Order: sequence, then C-alpha cells, then structure tokens
Amino acid sequence: MATTDVELTGSTAAYSADNPAPLIEAPRARTPRATPSTPRIRANVELYGWVFMRLSGIVLAVLVVGHLLIQLVLDGGVSKVSFAFVAGRWASPFWQGWDLLMLWLAMLHGANGLRTVINDYAERDGTRFWLKMLLYAATVFTVLLGTLVIFTFDPNIR
Amino acid sequence: MPAGTLYRGREGMWSWVAHRVTGVLIFFFLFVHVLDTALVRVSPEAYDDVVATYKTPIVSLLEYGLVAAVLFHALNGLRVVAVDFWSKGVRLQKPMLWTVVGIWAVLMAGAIYPVLGHAARELFGS
Repeated sequence: MATTDVELTGSTAAYSADNPAPLIEAPRARTPRATPSTPRIRANVELYGWVFMRLSGIVLAVLVVGHLLIQLVLDGGVSKVSFAFVAGRWASPFWQGWDLLMLWLAMLHGANGLRTVINDYAERDGTRFWLKMLLYAATVFTVLLGTLVIFTFDPNIR
Repeated sequence: MPAGTLYRGREGMWSWVAHRVTGVLIFFFLFVHVLDTALVRVSPEAYDDVVATYKTPIVSLLEYGLVAAVLFHALNGLRVVAVDFWSKGVRLQKPMLWTVVGIWAVLMAGAIYPVLGHAARELFGS
C-alpha cells in the first residue's frame, strides 16, 4: 500500500507560508429562512400586511378626508345630519360604494394596526391571544353590521 | 438615554408615538360610529336622537379632536409612505414631518369655524 501525499495529524502546526492551510470559503448566500421559528408563509403574510397598510392608507386619506368634509364642514356642518340626509346620500350607488369601501378599508386597516399594538405591548402569550381574538370578533361583527346596514337601508322604514 | 430601551427620542420617535395614539383613538371611534349609523335600520327617530348628541357643544369639541387625529394620521401616513417608497424619503423625513405639522395646523385653523361654529352659536347665542 502506497503512502498518501497528505498526512492528517489533527494539528495546524505543520502549516507554514510554504505549506498553507486550505482556505474555507464563507457561505455566499443566506439560508432561505431567516430563523427556523419564522416560516416562509408567515413572513409573507406580514409583508402583505405591510403593503396593505400603505395602499389602503393612501385610499383612506382621500375617502375619510372627503367624508369629514361632507359631514362636518360643507352645508352647515354636523347640524344638517339626519335620517333624511343619510337617505338622500344612500339613494346614490356612488355614495353607497364610497361608504362601503371606506368601511372595509378602515376596519381592516385599523384592525391590523391594533394587532400590531397588541403584539407590541401584551407580553403574556395568553393575554396576547385573547386580546387578538376579541379584536377579530369585534372587527368581523362591525364590518358585517355596517355592510348589512348599507345594503338593506330602507328610506321608507316608517 | 436610559439603558435597555429601543426608544430613540427626537422627531422620528414622537411622530411614531403620535401616529399610534391617533390610530387607536380613530379605530375606537369607528366602532361607535358604525353602531350609531346602524340605528338607521331601527327607526328615523332613534337615529336622529343619537345624532342630536353629536350636535351638542361638548361632543362638537370631541369632533374637533377627531378631525385633529384623522388629519394628523392621514398626513403623517402619507409621509411614512414617502419614507418607504420615495428614494429621497429617508433623507427628507424630518423636513417632511414639519411640512405635515404645518399643513395640519393650517387645516385645523380652517376647521375651527365649520366644526365649532355651531357649538359657539348654541353656547353664546347667534
């Protein structure tokens, strides 16, 4: 049996300028997951939430400021708001659509914002979980109630 | 700076705090507002009775506060979008905040008469 060229000694003492140690390359790319506890799918959900906050925020800035202008500033401000005023506006599909879009975007935008606030300040796992369940229940209830009211509004209820 | 905190102070932190506080306030008002509007499905009288409270001087003052919160949250939110998506956004975040505060102050001055005028007439006579 022939002798091998390299003798494995388990020590680096044998390496010198004439006989350098083999270079170990650093990893060139991160592993796909930042940490094992953050699965890819959840990281993407957070990304979509982040994008949604910005897109819905831009639309809401227009819808809500317009809403405040109509309800609180123009034509006598809040003093003209009444059942008849609501009936007049919801006779138009345009304003129904405006209010429906504003309701959905504002509730989802606000719910996601409050979810972030709960995650930041509620430190115990149980507290965090139940606060978010309460938030989701209240959000679903309010969105459905508001949607129902817009679609079933009856100006001749009396 | 106290040890063990991530808060860094200055304009960036305070605008973030104000954004959070105004956001939570607006969200809680939104719940109430959807509920009061839902009264149009009960009867015109029930709705008009509740809306009458919105026309009292004290609630008008709260409405002025609501307008303040909504306008700050909207304007500062657009600043946040600019910081995230505009190439010069990060560098100009501070001047943009003072622009937001300036526009907000002008709009709030403009909102005094339309929002609070009705309450003033009721309190002091017309």
